Amino acid sequence: MPRVFKFGDQINTDDILPGKYAPFMVGEDRFHLYAFAHLRPGFAEEVRPGDILVFGRNTGLGSSREYAPEALKKLGIRVVIAKSYARIFFRNLVNLGIVPFESEEVVDALEDGDLVELDLERGVLQRGGERFQLRPPPPFLLEALKEGSLLEYYKKHGRFPGE
Amino acid sequence: MGQTLAEKILSQKAGRRVEAGELVVVEVDQVMVVDSIAGSFIRRLEYLEASPRYPERVSIVIDHVAPAANLEVAKAQKEIREWAGRHGVRVFDVGRGVCHQVLMEEGLAQPGWIVVGSDSHSTTYGAVAAFGTGMGATDVALAAASGRTWLRVPETVKVVFRGRLPKGVTAKDAALEMVRLLGADGATYMAVEIHLLEGAEGLTLGERMTLANLTVEAGAKAGLVVPSGEVLARYEVPPWLFPDPEARYAKTLEIDLSALTPRVSVPFYVDNVHEVTAVKGKRVDQVFIGTCTNGRIEDLRAAAEVLRGRKVAPGVRLLVIPASSQVLEEAARDGTLLTLLEAGATIGTPGCGPCMGRHMGVLAPGEVCVSTSNRNFRGRMGAPDAEIYLASPRVAAASAVAGYLTTPEELEEAHA
Repeated sequence: MPRVFKFGDQINTDDILPGKYAPFMVGEDRFHLYAFAHLRPGFAEEVRPGDILVFGRNTGLGSSREYAPEALKKLGIRVVIAKSYARIFFRNLVNLGIVPFESEEVVDALEDGDLVELDLERGVLQRGGERFQLRPPPPFLLEALKEGSLLEYYKKHGRFPGE
Repeated sequence: MGQTLAEKILSQKAGRRVEAGELVVVEVDQVMVVDSIAGSFIRRLEYLEASPRYPERVSIVIDHVAPAANLEVAKAQKEIREWAGRHGVRVFDVGRGVCHQVLMEEGLAQPGWIVVGSDSHSTTYGAVAAFGTGMGATDVALAAASGRTWLRVPETVKVVFRGRLPKGVTAKDAALEMVRLLGADGATYMAVEIHLLEGAEGLTLGERMTLANLTVEAGAKAGLVVPSGEVLARYEVPPWLFPDPEARYAKTLEIDLSALTPRVSVPFYVDNVHEVTAVKGKRVDQVFIGTCTNGRIEDLRAAAEVLRGRKVAPGVRLLVIPASSQVLEEAARDGTLLTLLEAGATIGTPGCGPCMGRHMGVLAPGEVCVSTSNRNFRGRMGAPDAEIYLASPRVAAASAVAGYLTTPEELEEAHA
Protein backbone atom coordinates (compact mmCIF):
# COMPACT_ATOMS: atom_id res chain seq x y z
CA MET A 1 0.00 0.00 0.00
CA PRO A 2 1.39 3.47 -0.91
CA ARG A 3 2.94 5.40 1.95
CA VAL A 4 2.85 9.13 2.58
CA PHE A 5 6.07 11.16 2.79
CA LYS A 6 5.20 14.54 4.23
CA PHE A 7 7.20 17.74 3.81
CA GLY A 8 6.62 21.34 4.93
CA ASP A 9 5.95 24.70 3.27
CA GLN A 10 8.21 26.35 0.67
CA ILE A 11 10.09 23.21 -0.37
CA ASN A 12 12.25 24.53 -3.20
CA THR A 13 13.96 22.85 -6.13
CA ASP A 14 17.29 22.97 -4.29
CA ASP A 15 15.64 20.96 -1.49
CA ILE A 16 14.17 18.45 -3.96
CA LEU A 17 17.43 18.00 -5.85
CA PRO A 18 20.45 20.11 -4.84
CA GLY A 19 22.01 21.76 -7.91
CA LYS A 20 25.35 20.03 -7.42
CA TYR A 21 23.64 16.67 -8.10
CA ALA A 22 22.20 17.68 -11.49
CA PRO A 23 22.35 14.90 -14.11
CA PHE A 24 25.15 16.65 -15.98
CA MET A 25 27.16 16.82 -12.76
CA VAL A 26 26.75 13.22 -11.55
CA GLY A 27 25.41 11.30 -14.58
CA GLU A 28 21.92 10.68 -15.93
CA ASP A 29 21.65 7.23 -14.31
CA ARG A 30 22.47 8.49 -10.79
CA PHE A 31 21.01 11.93 -10.12
CA HIS A 32 17.69 10.68 -8.70
CA LEU A 33 19.57 8.96 -5.87
CA TYR A 34 20.21 12.44 -4.42
CA ALA A 35 16.55 13.48 -4.13
CA PHE A 36 16.07 15.40 -0.84
CA ALA A 37 19.77 14.72 -0.03
CA HIS A 38 19.97 17.66 2.38
CA LEU A 39 16.41 17.75 3.63
CA ARG A 40 15.74 14.05 4.19
CA PRO A 41 18.88 11.95 3.77
CA GLY A 42 18.13 8.35 2.82
CA PHE A 43 14.89 9.26 1.02
CA ALA A 44 15.91 7.62 -2.27
CA GLU A 45 16.55 4.28 -0.54
CA GLU A 46 13.41 4.47 1.56
CA VAL A 47 10.81 5.49 -1.03
CA ARG A 48 8.99 2.85 -3.11
CA PRO A 49 7.25 3.20 -6.48
CA GLY A 50 3.69 4.42 -5.99
CA ASP A 51 4.36 6.26 -2.72
CA ILE A 52 2.75 9.68 -2.39
CA LEU A 53 4.55 12.93 -1.55
CA VAL A 54 2.68 15.58 0.42
CA PHE A 55 3.78 19.22 0.60
CA GLY A 56 2.65 22.53 2.06
CA ARG A 57 2.50 25.95 0.44
CA ASN A 58 4.42 27.24 -2.62
CA THR A 59 5.85 23.83 -3.44
CA GLY A 60 8.76 23.72 -5.89
CA LEU A 61 9.68 27.39 -5.87
CA GLY A 62 13.01 28.24 -7.40
CA SER A 63 14.75 26.81 -10.41
CA SER A 64 13.24 25.62 -13.68
CA ARG A 65 15.30 22.42 -13.41
CA GLU A 66 12.96 19.68 -14.59
CA TYR A 67 15.37 17.08 -13.26
CA ALA A 68 14.05 17.86 -9.76
CA PRO A 69 10.60 16.36 -10.47
CA GLU A 70 12.22 13.93 -12.91
CA ALA A 71 14.24 12.48 -10.03
CA LEU A 72 10.96 11.86 -8.22
CA LYS A 73 9.51 10.22 -11.32
CA LYS A 74 12.55 7.97 -11.63
CA LEU A 75 11.95 6.91 -8.03
CA GLY A 76 8.41 5.88 -9.00
CA ILE A 77 6.42 8.88 -7.75
CA ARG A 78 3.27 9.41 -9.81
CA VAL A 79 1.25 11.65 -7.50
CA VAL A 80 1.99 14.62 -5.27
CA ILE A 81 -0.43 16.55 -3.10
CA ALA A 82 0.33 20.12 -2.01
CA LYS A 83 -1.39 23.16 -0.56
CA SER A 84 -0.07 25.16 -3.52
CA TYR A 85 2.63 25.05 -6.18
CA ALA A 86 5.16 27.38 -7.76
CA ARG A 87 4.39 27.80 -11.44
CA ILE A 88 7.37 26.23 -13.22
CA PHE A 89 7.40 23.21 -10.92
CA PHE A 90 3.67 22.67 -11.47
CA ARG A 91 4.17 22.81 -15.22
CA ASN A 92 7.11 20.40 -15.06
CA LEU A 93 5.04 17.92 -13.02
CA VAL A 94 2.25 18.08 -15.58
CA ASN A 95 4.67 17.67 -18.47
CA LEU A 96 6.24 14.60 -16.87
CA GLY A 97 2.85 13.03 -16.18
CA ILE A 98 3.06 13.34 -12.39
CA VAL A 99 -0.36 14.38 -11.09
CA PRO A 100 -0.23 17.51 -8.90
CA PHE A 101 -3.26 17.53 -6.63
CA GLU A 102 -3.97 20.67 -4.64
CA SER A 103 -5.78 20.57 -1.28
CA GLU A 104 -5.18 22.40 2.02
CA GLU A 105 -7.51 20.09 3.88
CA VAL A 106 -6.03 16.79 2.70
CA VAL A 107 -2.47 18.00 3.31
CA ASP A 108 -3.40 19.01 6.86
CA ALA A 109 -5.08 15.64 7.48
CA LEU A 110 -2.29 13.40 6.21
CA GLU A 111 0.68 12.40 8.37
CA ASP A 112 4.11 11.17 7.45
CA GLY A 113 4.06 7.37 7.21
CA ASP A 114 0.29 7.07 6.59
CA LEU A 115 -0.79 4.15 4.42
CA VAL A 116 -3.26 5.28 1.76
CA GLU A 117 -4.98 4.24 -1.44
CA LEU A 118 -5.78 6.60 -4.32
CA ASP A 119 -8.17 6.40 -7.23
CA LEU A 120 -6.33 8.85 -9.43
CA GLU A 121 -8.96 9.62 -12.07
CA ARG A 122 -11.74 10.16 -9.54
CA GLY A 123 -9.45 11.83 -6.99
CA VAL A 124 -10.60 9.61 -4.13
CA LEU A 125 -8.01 9.06 -1.39
CA GLN A 126 -8.58 6.56 1.42
CA ARG A 127 -6.78 6.11 4.72
CA GLY A 128 -8.26 3.13 6.57
CA GLY A 129 -11.96 3.90 6.72
CA GLU A 130 -11.48 7.63 6.07
CA ARG A 131 -12.25 8.99 2.62
CA PHE A 132 -10.96 12.25 1.15
CA GLN A 133 -12.10 13.84 -2.10
CA LEU A 134 -9.45 15.56 -4.22
CA ARG A 135 -10.30 17.66 -7.27
CA PRO A 136 -9.66 15.40 -10.29
CA PRO A 137 -6.93 16.52 -12.75
CA PRO A 138 -7.91 19.06 -15.44
CA PRO A 139 -8.75 17.76 -18.96
CA PHE A 140 -5.46 19.05 -20.42
CA LEU A 141 -3.51 16.90 -17.99
CA LEU A 142 -5.79 13.84 -18.23
CA GLU A 143 -5.42 13.90 -22.00
CA ALA A 144 -1.61 13.97 -21.74
CA LEU A 145 -1.63 11.37 -18.96
CA LYS A 146 -3.33 8.88 -21.24
CA GLU A 147 -0.06 8.74 -23.18
CA GLY A 148 2.13 8.98 -20.09
CA SER A 149 3.62 12.47 -20.43
CA LEU A 150 3.29 15.59 -22.58
CA LEU A 151 6.30 14.49 -24.61
CA GLU A 152 4.73 11.12 -25.38
CA TYR A 153 1.45 12.85 -26.18
CA TYR A 154 3.15 15.24 -28.60
CA LYS A 155 5.07 12.45 -30.24
CA LYS A 156 1.90 10.47 -30.87
CA HIS A 157 -0.43 13.32 -31.89
CA GLY A 158 1.95 16.00 -33.22
CA ARG A 159 0.10 18.70 -31.26
CA PHE A 160 -0.55 19.92 -27.72
CA PRO A 161 -3.59 18.58 -25.81
CA GLY A 162 -6.70 20.66 -26.50
CA GLU A 163 -5.12 22.26 -29.56
CA MET B 1 -12.16 46.17 -21.37
CA GLY B 2 -8.51 47.20 -21.43
CA GLN B 3 -5.59 44.81 -21.59
CA THR B 4 -2.44 44.38 -19.55
CA LEU B 5 0.98 44.20 -21.20
CA ALA B 6 0.97 40.39 -20.91
CA GLU B 7 -2.49 40.20 -22.51
CA LYS B 8 -1.33 42.54 -25.29
CA ILE B 9 1.69 40.37 -26.15
CA LEU B 10 -0.16 37.07 -26.00
CA SER B 11 -3.07 38.49 -28.05
CA GLN B 12 -0.62 39.67 -30.70
CA LYS B 13 0.97 36.22 -30.83
CA ALA B 14 -2.29 34.27 -30.70
CA GLY B 15 -3.72 36.39 -33.52
CA ARG B 16 -6.87 37.06 -31.50
CA ARG B 17 -7.84 38.99 -28.43
CA VAL B 18 -7.15 36.91 -25.31
CA GLU B 19 -7.75 37.53 -21.64
CA ALA B 20 -6.32 36.21 -18.39
CA GLY B 21 -7.29 32.60 -17.75
CA GLU B 22 -7.38 31.41 -21.36
CA LEU B 23 -5.04 28.68 -22.59
CA VAL B 24 -3.20 29.65 -25.77
CA VAL B 25 -0.65 27.98 -28.03
CA VAL B 26 1.69 30.64 -29.43
CA GLU B 27 4.76 30.97 -31.63
CA VAL B 28 8.00 31.48 -29.75
CA ASP B 29 10.61 34.00 -30.94
CA GLN B 30 13.57 32.58 -29.07
CA VAL B 31 14.27 29.39 -27.12
CA MET B 32 17.16 29.66 -24.68
CA VAL B 33 18.77 26.51 -23.29
CA VAL B 34 21.57 26.43 -20.70
CA ASP B 35 24.28 23.78 -20.41
CA SER B 36 22.79 22.17 -17.31
CA ILE B 37 19.54 21.38 -19.15
CA ALA B 38 20.97 20.79 -22.63
CA GLY B 39 21.42 17.02 -22.15
CA SER B 40 17.77 16.55 -21.17
CA PHE B 41 16.77 18.92 -23.99
CA ILE B 42 18.72 16.94 -26.61
CA ARG B 43 17.42 13.60 -25.25
CA ARG B 44 13.84 14.82 -25.55
CA LEU B 45 14.31 15.99 -29.15
CA GLU B 46 15.89 12.62 -29.95
CA TYR B 47 12.88 10.87 -28.41
CA LEU B 48 10.61 12.99 -30.63
CA GLU B 49 12.92 12.22 -33.57
CA ALA B 50 12.82 15.97 -34.18
CA SER B 51 15.20 18.76 -35.13
CA PRO B 52 14.64 22.36 -34.12
CA ARG B 53 11.92 23.71 -36.41
CA TYR B 54 13.65 27.11 -36.61
CA PRO B 55 17.31 26.56 -35.64
CA GLU B 56 17.96 30.32 -35.74
CA ARG B 57 15.45 30.76 -32.91
CA VAL B 58 17.40 28.47 -30.57
CA SER B 59 20.39 29.52 -28.45
CA ILE B 60 22.42 27.29 -26.17
CA VAL B 61 24.55 29.02 -23.56
CA ILE B 62 27.33 27.18 -21.73
CA ASP B 63 27.33 29.19 -18.52
CA HIS B 64 26.14 27.21 -15.51
CA VAL B 65 29.38 25.23 -15.09
CA ALA B 66 31.90 26.92 -17.34
CA PRO B 67 34.68 25.90 -17.74
CA ALA B 68 33.75 22.27 -17.05
CA ALA B 69 34.23 21.22 -13.42
CA ASN B 70 34.48 17.46 -13.90
CA LEU B 71 34.41 14.70 -16.50
CA GLU B 72 30.60 14.36 -16.59
CA VAL B 73 30.24 18.07 -17.33
CA ALA B 74 32.99 17.98 -19.94
CA LYS B 75 31.21 15.12 -21.75
CA ALA B 76 27.88 16.94 -21.58
CA GLN B 77 29.40 20.11 -23.02
CA LYS B 78 31.09 18.17 -25.81
CA GLU B 79 27.73 16.67 -26.71
CA ILE B 80 26.20 20.17 -26.86
CA ARG B 81 28.80 21.42 -29.34
CA GLU B 82 28.45 18.35 -31.56
CA TRP B 83 24.65 18.32 -31.52
CA ALA B 84 24.42 22.07 -32.15
CA GLY B 85 26.89 21.79 -35.02
CA ARG B 86 24.74 19.10 -36.66
CA HIS B 87 21.54 21.13 -36.30
CA GLY B 88 22.81 24.62 -37.07
CA VAL B 89 22.02 25.88 -33.58
CA ARG B 90 24.13 28.71 -32.15
CA VAL B 91 26.18 28.06 -29.04
CA PHE B 92 27.59 30.72 -26.74
CA ASP B 93 30.53 28.79 -25.40
CA VAL B 94 32.62 28.87 -22.21
CA GLY B 95 33.52 32.41 -21.22
CA ARG B 96 30.88 34.27 -23.22
CA GLY B 97 28.78 34.80 -20.10
CA VAL B 98 25.48 34.31 -18.26
CA CYS B 99 22.61 33.35 -20.57
CA HIS B 100 20.31 36.31 -19.88
CA GLN B 101 23.08 38.89 -20.16
CA VAL B 102 24.34 37.30 -23.38
CA LEU B 103 20.93 37.11 -25.06
CA MET B 104 20.28 40.76 -24.24
CA GLU B 105 23.69 41.80 -25.58
CA GLU B 106 23.11 39.80 -28.77
CA GLY B 107 19.68 41.36 -29.39
CA LEU B 108 17.98 37.98 -29.00
CA ALA B 109 15.29 39.43 -26.75
CA GLN B 110 13.28 42.25 -28.31
CA PRO B 111 10.21 44.22 -27.20
CA GLY B 112 7.04 42.19 -27.71
CA TRP B 113 8.84 38.88 -28.25
CA ILE B 114 8.13 35.64 -26.45
CA VAL B 115 11.34 34.14 -25.11
CA VAL B 116 11.21 30.83 -23.29
CA GLY B 117 14.30 29.83 -21.38
CA SER B 118 15.37 26.77 -19.44
CA ASP B 119 16.26 29.00 -16.52
CA SER B 120 13.81 30.47 -14.08
CA HIS B 121 15.34 33.95 -14.34
CA SER B 122 14.25 34.20 -17.98
CA THR B 123 11.86 36.84 -16.64
CA THR B 124 14.89 39.15 -17.11
CA TYR B 125 13.91 39.72 -20.76
CA GLY B 126 10.94 41.66 -19.44
CA ALA B 127 13.37 44.57 -19.04
CA VAL B 128 12.66 45.33 -22.72
CA ALA B 129 9.01 44.21 -22.50
CA ALA B 130 9.70 40.78 -23.94
CA PHE B 131 7.50 38.07 -22.43
CA GLY B 132 10.36 36.04 -20.95
CA THR B 133 9.48 32.97 -18.94
CA GLY B 134 11.31 30.05 -17.40
CA MET B 135 10.42 26.48 -18.29
CA GLY B 136 11.72 22.95 -17.90
CA ALA B 137 13.44 20.63 -20.37
CA THR B 138 10.24 19.18 -21.84
CA ASP B 139 8.83 22.64 -22.56
CA VAL B 140 11.96 24.02 -24.19
CA ALA B 141 12.36 20.83 -26.24
CA LEU B 142 8.76 21.04 -27.47
CA ALA B 143 9.20 24.78 -28.15
CA ALA B 144 12.29 24.02 -30.26
CA ALA B 145 10.65 21.11 -32.08
CA SER B 146 7.33 22.82 -32.82
CA GLY B 147 8.27 26.50 -32.73
CA ARG B 148 5.41 26.95 -30.27
CA THR B 149 4.47 26.61 -26.62
CA TRP B 150 1.31 26.47 -24.52
CA LEU B 151 0.64 29.21 -22.01
CA ARG B 152 -2.14 30.16 -19.69
CA VAL B 153 -2.69 33.89 -20.16
CA PRO B 154 -1.67 35.20 -16.74
CA GLU B 155 -3.40 37.65 -14.49
CA THR B 156 -1.23 40.65 -13.68
CA VAL B 157 0.11 42.36 -10.58
CA LYS B 158 0.91 46.01 -11.21
CA VAL B 159 3.97 47.35 -9.42
CA VAL B 160 4.49 51.11 -9.63
CA PHE B 161 7.92 52.52 -8.78
CA ARG B 162 7.94 56.29 -8.22
CA GLY B 163 10.75 58.80 -7.72
CA ARG B 164 14.51 58.59 -7.83
CA LEU B 165 16.80 56.29 -5.88
CA PRO B 166 18.73 58.11 -3.14
CA LYS B 167 22.53 58.05 -3.38
CA GLY B 168 23.84 54.65 -2.28
CA VAL B 169 20.54 52.87 -2.90
CA THR B 170 20.27 50.66 -5.99
CA ALA B 171 17.83 48.82 -8.22
CA LYS B 172 18.73 45.63 -6.31
CA ASP B 173 17.39 47.23 -3.11
CA ALA B 174 14.22 48.20 -4.98
CA ALA B 175 13.86 44.67 -6.37
CA LEU B 176 14.33 43.07 -2.93
CA GLU B 177 11.74 45.47 -1.49
CA MET B 178 9.32 44.41 -4.25
CA VAL B 179 9.85 40.73 -3.41
CA ARG B 180 9.36 41.45 0.30
CA LEU B 181 6.08 43.24 -0.33
CA LEU B 182 4.76 40.61 -2.75
CA GLY B 183 6.03 37.57 -0.81
CA ALA B 184 7.61 34.44 -2.29
CA ASP B 185 4.30 33.32 -3.79
CA GLY B 186 2.60 36.70 -4.13
CA ALA B 187 2.69 36.65 -7.93
CA THR B 188 2.50 32.91 -8.63
CA TYR B 189 0.99 32.16 -12.07
CA MET B 190 0.88 35.93 -12.70
CA ALA B 191 2.76 38.51 -14.70
CA VAL B 192 4.30 41.40 -12.82
CA GLU B 193 3.90 44.63 -14.79
CA ILE B 194 6.39 47.26 -13.69
CA HIS B 195 5.57 50.95 -14.19
CA LEU B 196 8.40 53.47 -13.74
CA LEU B 197 7.03 56.94 -13.00
CA GLU B 198 8.05 60.38 -11.71
CA GLY B 199 11.81 60.00 -12.20
CA ALA B 200 11.91 56.24 -12.03
CA GLU B 201 11.74 56.13 -15.85
CA GLY B 202 15.41 57.14 -15.66
CA LEU B 203 16.35 53.62 -14.54
CA THR B 204 18.85 52.13 -16.99
CA LEU B 205 18.44 48.96 -19.03
CA GLY B 206 20.69 47.13 -16.55
CA GLU B 207 18.60 48.32 -13.61
CA ARG B 208 15.41 47.19 -15.36
CA MET B 209 17.03 43.78 -15.89
CA THR B 210 17.66 43.54 -12.14
CA LEU B 211 14.00 44.33 -11.40
CA ALA B 212 12.64 41.90 -14.01
CA ASN B 213 15.11 39.21 -12.90
CA LEU B 214 13.86 39.22 -9.30
CA THR B 215 10.13 39.05 -10.18
CA VAL B 216 10.39 35.26 -10.40
CA GLU B 217 11.32 35.25 -6.70
CA ALA B 218 7.74 36.35 -6.09
CA GLY B 219 6.62 33.44 -8.28
CA ALA B 220 5.98 35.50 -11.42
CA LYS B 221 5.61 33.95 -14.83
CA ALA B 222 6.93 37.11 -16.50
CA GLY B 223 8.17 40.47 -15.22
CA LEU B 224 7.34 43.09 -17.82
CA VAL B 225 8.70 46.62 -17.54
CA VAL B 226 6.50 49.10 -19.42
CA PRO B 227 8.81 50.64 -22.06
CA SER B 228 10.17 54.10 -21.23
CA GLY B 229 13.45 56.02 -21.08
CA GLU B 230 16.50 54.08 -22.26
CA VAL B 231 14.41 51.23 -23.69
CA LEU B 232 12.45 53.61 -25.95
CA ALA B 233 15.72 55.19 -27.06
CA ARG B 234 17.54 51.94 -27.82
CA TYR B 235 14.86 49.55 -29.05
CA GLU B 236 12.12 49.48 -31.63
CA VAL B 237 9.02 49.42 -29.48
CA PRO B 238 5.80 48.68 -31.40
CA PRO B 239 3.04 51.23 -30.68
CA TRP B 240 0.70 48.53 -29.33
CA LEU B 241 3.22 47.42 -26.70
CA PHE B 242 1.80 49.38 -23.77
CA PRO B 243 -0.88 48.40 -21.26
CA ASP B 244 -4.28 50.07 -21.60
CA PRO B 245 -5.04 52.64 -18.88
CA GLU B 246 -8.19 50.71 -17.96
CA ALA B 247 -6.47 47.30 -17.88
CA ARG B 248 -7.57 45.01 -15.06
CA TYR B 249 -5.06 44.02 -12.36
CA ALA B 250 -5.23 41.36 -9.64
CA LYS B 251 -3.55 43.83 -7.30
CA THR B 252 -1.45 46.99 -7.34
CA LEU B 253 1.62 47.84 -5.33
CA GLU B 254 3.40 51.19 -5.02
CA ILE B 255 7.05 51.64 -4.07
CA ASP B 256 8.59 55.07 -3.46
CA LEU B 257 12.20 54.76 -4.57
CA SER B 258 13.19 58.01 -2.85
CA ALA B 259 12.33 56.52 0.57
CA LEU B 260 14.35 53.31 0.14
CA THR B 261 17.44 52.27 2.10
CA PRO B 262 19.92 49.44 1.37
CA ARG B 263 18.31 46.03 1.74
CA VAL B 264 19.51 42.50 2.42
CA SER B 265 17.71 39.20 1.96
CA VAL B 266 18.35 36.93 4.93
CA PRO B 267 18.59 33.09 4.76
CA PHE B 268 16.87 30.98 3.67
CA TYR B 269 14.15 32.76 1.68
CA VAL B 270 14.45 35.58 -0.82
CA ASP B 271 11.41 37.41 0.58
CA ASN B 272 13.01 37.55 4.05
CA VAL B 273 14.17 41.10 3.35
CA HIS B 274 15.47 43.57 5.96
CA GLU B 275 17.37 46.83 6.13
CA VAL B 276 21.11 46.14 6.19
CA THR B 277 21.24 47.77 9.63
CA ALA B 278 19.11 44.91 11.01
CA VAL B 279 21.87 42.34 10.39
CA LYS B 280 24.87 44.68 10.51
CA GLY B 281 27.93 43.04 12.01
CA LYS B 282 27.20 39.52 10.76
CA ARG B 283 30.57 37.84 10.07
CA VAL B 284 31.32 37.16 6.40
CA ASP B 285 33.60 34.46 4.89
CA GLN B 286 32.95 34.98 1.20
CA VAL B 287 31.59 37.78 -0.96
CA PHE B 288 30.36 37.02 -4.47
CA ILE B 289 29.75 39.82 -6.97
CA GLY B 290 28.29 38.59 -10.25
CA THR B 291 25.33 36.64 -11.78
CA CYS B 292 22.42 37.57 -14.05
CA THR B 293 21.11 39.83 -11.29
CA ASN B 294 24.16 42.04 -10.64
CA GLY B 295 27.21 41.12 -12.72
CA ARG B 296 27.00 43.99 -15.22
CA ILE B 297 29.63 46.68 -15.79
CA GLU B 298 27.76 49.22 -13.65
CA ASP B 299 27.69 46.66 -10.81
CA LEU B 300 31.44 46.06 -11.07
CA ARG B 301 32.02 49.82 -11.17
CA ALA B 302 29.85 50.34 -8.10
CA ALA B 303 31.88 47.69 -6.26
CA ALA B 304 35.17 49.21 -7.46
CA GLU B 305 34.11 52.63 -6.21
CA VAL B 306 33.73 51.19 -2.71
CA LEU B 307 36.92 49.10 -2.94
CA ARG B 308 39.20 51.81 -4.39
CA GLY B 309 42.21 52.26 -2.07
CA ARG B 310 40.94 49.57 0.30
CA LYS B 311 41.71 45.90 0.90
CA VAL B 312 39.48 42.93 1.42
CA ALA B 313 39.49 41.94 5.12
CA PRO B 314 41.91 39.14 6.10
CA GLY B 315 40.25 35.73 5.87
CA VAL B 316 37.54 36.93 3.47
CA ARG B 317 37.40 35.74 -0.17
CA LEU B 318 36.05 38.24 -2.68
CA LEU B 319 34.94 36.57 -5.93
CA VAL B 320 34.02 38.78 -8.84
CA ILE B 321 32.56 37.13 -11.92
CA PRO B 322 31.61 39.47 -14.77
CA ALA B 323 28.26 38.58 -16.32
CA SER B 324 29.73 38.40 -19.82
CA SER B 325 32.90 38.66 -21.89
CA GLN B 326 31.77 42.15 -22.96
CA VAL B 327 31.48 43.20 -19.32
CA LEU B 328 34.94 41.76 -18.59
CA GLU B 329 36.47 43.58 -21.58
CA GLU B 330 34.89 46.86 -20.55
CA ALA B 331 36.08 46.40 -16.96
CA ALA B 332 39.59 45.77 -18.30
CA ARG B 333 39.48 48.86 -20.52
CA ASP B 334 38.25 51.37 -17.97
CA GLY B 335 40.45 50.29 -15.05
CA THR B 336 37.67 48.73 -12.97
CA LEU B 337 39.39 45.37 -13.11
CA LEU B 338 42.66 46.74 -11.77
CA THR B 339 40.87 48.40 -8.85
CA LEU B 340 39.17 45.11 -7.99
CA LEU B 341 42.44 43.18 -8.24
CA GLU B 342 44.31 45.71 -6.09
CA ALA B 343 41.66 45.32 -3.42
CA GLY B 344 42.28 41.56 -3.42
CA ALA B 345 39.45 40.23 -5.58
CA THR B 346 39.59 36.89 -7.38
CA ILE B 347 38.22 37.19 -10.93
CA GLY B 348 36.30 34.24 -12.42
CA THR B 349 35.33 33.25 -15.96
CA PRO B 350 32.16 35.03 -17.13
CA GLY B 351 29.23 32.73 -16.34
CA CYS B 352 27.00 31.78 -13.43
CA GLY B 353 29.87 30.67 -11.19
CA PRO B 354 29.08 29.66 -7.62
CA CYS B 355 25.45 30.86 -7.69
CA MET B 356 24.12 27.30 -7.52
CA GLY B 357 26.95 25.58 -5.70
CA ARG B 358 28.50 23.56 -8.49
CA HIS B 359 32.01 24.99 -8.71
CA MET B 360 34.17 28.06 -8.04
CA GLY B 361 33.33 29.23 -4.55
CA VAL B 362 31.38 26.41 -2.91
CA LEU B 363 30.67 27.20 0.76
CA ALA B 364 31.93 25.01 3.63
CA PRO B 365 29.71 24.13 6.64
CA GLY B 366 28.87 27.16 8.74
CA GLU B 367 30.27 29.70 6.26
CA VAL B 368 28.55 32.97 5.45
CA CYS B 369 28.40 34.52 1.98
CA VAL B 370 27.15 37.92 0.86
CA SER B 371 26.08 37.50 -2.75
CA THR B 372 24.68 39.83 -5.40
CA SER B 373 22.72 36.88 -6.83
CA ASN B 374 19.00 36.17 -6.54
CA ARG B 375 18.59 33.08 -4.35
CA ASN B 376 19.58 32.26 -0.78
CA PHE B 377 17.97 28.83 -0.42
CA ARG B 378 19.40 26.35 2.08
CA GLY B 379 22.36 24.45 0.64
CA ARG B 380 22.28 26.31 -2.67
CA MET B 381 25.94 27.36 -2.67
CA GLY B 382 27.30 24.34 -0.82
CA ALA B 383 26.88 23.09 2.74
CA PRO B 384 23.26 22.92 3.94
CA ASP B 385 24.01 25.14 6.93
CA ALA B 386 26.04 27.74 5.01
CA GLU B 387 24.25 31.09 4.92
CA ILE B 388 23.69 33.31 1.88
CA TYR B 389 22.75 36.98 2.25
CA LEU B 390 21.58 38.74 -0.93
CA ALA B 391 22.53 42.37 -1.38
CA SER B 392 23.62 45.04 -3.86
CA PRO B 393 27.19 45.18 -5.24
CA ARG B 394 27.88 48.22 -3.01
CA VAL B 395 26.85 46.43 0.17
CA ALA B 396 28.69 43.28 -0.94
CA ALA B 397 31.91 45.25 -1.56
CA ALA B 398 31.67 47.10 1.76
CA SER B 399 31.10 43.80 3.57
CA ALA B 400 34.20 42.32 1.92
CA VAL B 401 36.29 45.20 3.28
CA ALA B 402 34.78 45.11 6.77
CA GLY B 403 34.63 41.31 7.12
CA TYR B 404 31.06 41.69 8.32
CA LEU B 405 27.79 42.81 6.76
CA THR B 406 27.72 46.56 6.39
CA THR B 407 27.14 49.44 3.98
CA PRO B 408 29.74 51.73 2.35
CA GLU B 409 28.35 54.63 4.41
CA GLU B 410 28.91 52.75 7.69
CA LEU B 411 32.39 51.86 6.48
CA GLU B 412 33.17 55.57 6.02
CA GLU B 413 31.96 56.36 9.53
CA ALA B 414 33.96 53.50 11.07
CA HIS B 415 37.15 54.81 9.51
CA ALA B 416 36.45 58.50 9.97
